[in-house]
Amino acid sequence: MSIPGPHDITRCELPNGIVVLVRENHSSPAVIVNGYLPVGGYDERPEQAGLAAFTADALMRGTAKRTFEQIYEALESVGASVDVSSGTYSTGFGAKSLAEDVPLVLDVLSDALRSPTFPPDEIEKLRGEILTDLEERAHDTRRMANLAFHELAYPEWHPYAHSLLGYSETVGALQRDDLAEFYASGYGAQGMVIVVVGGVKTANVLAQIEEAFGDWEGCRRARAPLPDVPPITEVCKGVITIPGKTQADLVLGYPGPPRTDPEFLDAMVCNTILGVFGLMGRLGENVRDAQGLAYYSYSRVDGGPGPGPWRIVAGVDPANVEQAVASMRDEIRRICEELVEVEELADNKAFITGSLPLRLETNEGVAHSIISMERYNLGLDYLERYADLIGEITAERVQAVAARWLDPDAYALAVAGPSAE
Amino acid sequence: MNETHDGLIKTQLSNGLTVLVKEAHFAPVASLWIWYRVGSRNEYTGITGISHWVEHMLFKGTAAFPRGAVDKAVAREGGVFNGMTWYDFTTYYATLPADRIELEAQIEADRMVNACFDPQDVASERTVIISERQGAENDPQFLLSEEVLAAAFRVHPYGTGTIGHMCDLETMTREQLYAHYRTYYTPQNALVVAVGDLTAQEMLRIVDRHFEALPNGPDVPAVNAVEPPQKGERRVVLEGDGTVAYFQTVFRAPGVHDDDFFAMIALDAILAGAGGMTMMGGGLTNKSSRLYRALVTTDLAVAVYGSLVPTIDPYVYSLSAVVRPGHTLEEVEQALDVELARIVAEPVTGDELTKALKQAKAQFAYSSESVTGQAFWMGFSELFADYTWFDTFIARLSAVTAEDVQRAAQRYLQRSNQTVGWYVPTDDSK
Repeated sequence: MSIPGPHDITRCELPNGIVVLVRENHSSPAVIVNGYLPVGGYDERPEQAGLAAFTADALMRGTAKRTFEQIYEALESVGASVDVSSGTYSTGFGAKSLAEDVPLVLDVLSDALRSPTFPPDEIEKLRGEILTDLEERAHDTRRMANLAFHELAYPEWHPYAHSLLGYSETVGALQRDDLAEFYASGYGAQGMVIVVVGGVKTANVLAQIEEAFGDWEGCRRARAPLPDVPPITEVCKGVITIPGKTQADLVLGYPGPPRTDPEFLDAMVCNTILGVFGLMGRLGENVRDAQGLAYYSYSRVDGGPGPGPWRIVAGVDPANVEQAVASMRDEIRRICEELVEVEELADNKAFITGSLPLRLETNEGVAHSIISMERYNLGLDYLERYADLIGEITAERVQAVAARWLDPDAYALAVAGPSAE
Repeated sequence: MNETHDGLIKTQLSNGLTVLVKEAHFAPVASLWIWYRVGSRNEYTGITGISHWVEHMLFKGTAAFPRGAVDKAVAREGGVFNGMTWYDFTTYYATLPADRIELEAQIEADRMVNACFDPQDVASERTVIISERQGAENDPQFLLSEEVLAAAFRVHPYGTGTIGHMCDLETMTREQLYAHYRTYYTPQNALVVAVGDLTAQEMLRIVDRHFEALPNGPDVPAVNAVEPPQKGERRVVLEGDGTVAYFQTVFRAPGVHDDDFFAMIALDAILAGAGGMTMMGGGLTNKSSRLYRALVTTDLAVAVYGSLVPTIDPYVYSLSAVVRPGHTLEEVEQALDVELARIVAEPVTGDELTKALKQAKAQFAYSSESVTGQAFWMGFSELFADYTWFDTFIARLSAVTAEDVQRAAQRYLQRSNQTVGWYVPTDDSK
């Protein structure tokens, strides 16, 4: 099986602006349908925090053709799933089924995206679920550390500073009409991307998509890109005390490079060295393996459409928070100030390129790659060029990207856990 | 004892190691797993959590692969790896580009006998494992489940979770860990499974090359614990932080070799949705299941889950729910009881059985997409039955009738066979 590329991915644009990409995989009896629409938390006002997520969840709660019960009876009866959920800048959807059930999945998806009815009783049920989840969040150290980190790392006016799920006050105040209005102004064919991977015939599935979405109109307003943010210039620390917990979770990080940044792959290699490679990279080696401070201590660079976070997370005994932070800062300083050794860089690059076949093993993995190629204009030949792009990255470039985005003396740090006493 | 069919070979090396290899040519990757028949089922008070800790120690190095070398060696070749400990087993695997899979065979053969258990590494790993337990303790559902299972089993080790008790984690010694390792890490107590884009013969040769010379060890100690029949409902009330209440109830369940086991799989799918049985993720929703409609659609709960896990000795069937604030644990329990009484009193419908079967077929298709998933299921099945358990799953599920489900419901969903757990939140700051 070859690497997915222009030779086996069919890309076409429907007259209404929907971009469709299909890759056949006849070794699989299953099919993945993934994609996104350009609407999300970015399009809600701060006092409506949670509106985009609430609206996306509500799409599957009742449509012109089916009630909530009918939607899930139809899907679950054939072992299929359809999920719609909002991100900050887009709303993603994902569906999985056996090949024979793709027409049903597309019909349910089109119904949910095009003809939601927002039944009032279902909206109230959903609100109850979201509010319960927010209550659980308030007692979840990982989630609270992450929430506080975003508030510290991003200016108040930036969409990334706010919770996508919202807050109990904002979600409690949203009305059914708010959801319907948000839907009407934000959802439409223009800018939508659909990717299909699995045991399908391209011509057939294109015809089915045309049938399901071809006559959808809706040309949404122009949207500015997610704004850049100023770098962090001092230590911004927040502590959330959650009595009754045993462990403290901490997140230390920065606003990071968007996926479209020309140096994103440099950042990805740098992050792999810092907190991914092997058992959580240098951070795992230092914080977990050598000092035994934490079960997990790793780093992630999100990328995405805006300046998504580049962060280190760890769960530690409350008495060890200071020591863990000191070790994280040591590792940040080291990667900013010292060139990575030749062998370590080679190992990390070998991992990144060598693990490509694993990431492309499943339909889901392939669909994920195709979405990135389309969304960030990487080109359909991106995976074919991938090894060369990684191969060109030098120790100097890794150090430069670290120095550009990371700083051992100025960062956002959020800690959530019991008090240290 | 070779069994060969469809690119699959099952055999045993002269030292007693069981080997199962299977060809899969969809992608240029391969996954190799080694399974040891040891887990928290083999533990007792004083050494609870020892199997899991030994698993951690096998990542701390041998003479050939010093600390950190295994992680780096696999990653350098583009692979991913992990280790897992459960009641019945400890397993290690790596999934790699197919032409690099021999590396994992080399690593596993080496650390089956040569792990160092350096005292300093034991000390640093003690705090890592304590941290793992503390992280789990932050989750009310972990705390509730731990209490419920402890109440459901008073004799069998299934009553204690794989992570172990904190006091044991604080006091176990390097000598105890090493002795546990030497006792259970032997070829005859292990199983190697490889699935990937090589011929079965090639995979067999690789396994043979690295494992054949390893010496066999003495027989492992038998697990003699038998949980006595439960005679009466048991209840646990746990208080803890937060504002959300959690409910869990477990019923003592039939063993995998019992005729009722597949009826229970169908019953679980009908009550709580398919997917309760997988350990590698199912991803199916359960919004059309009976319990979702009885608990979530009625606003009493925000989520409900079922879980039926195949095990060597009989385990439990578990149902849990997250109570919606404004409603009570009593209400959730009452509504659940009504549904349980219904499935005991009335046969399920043909449509419900058809749906359960189709869901299982779809999940098998999904889990077979990756060599990692296939190797997991083959090895896992071998532990409590044999690999054909996985192969014949659909056929056996399709043979289940409405009468079978009702009989299983009548037999197992009894109050006297039940342990009920409530997590009562103590924080009323709303």
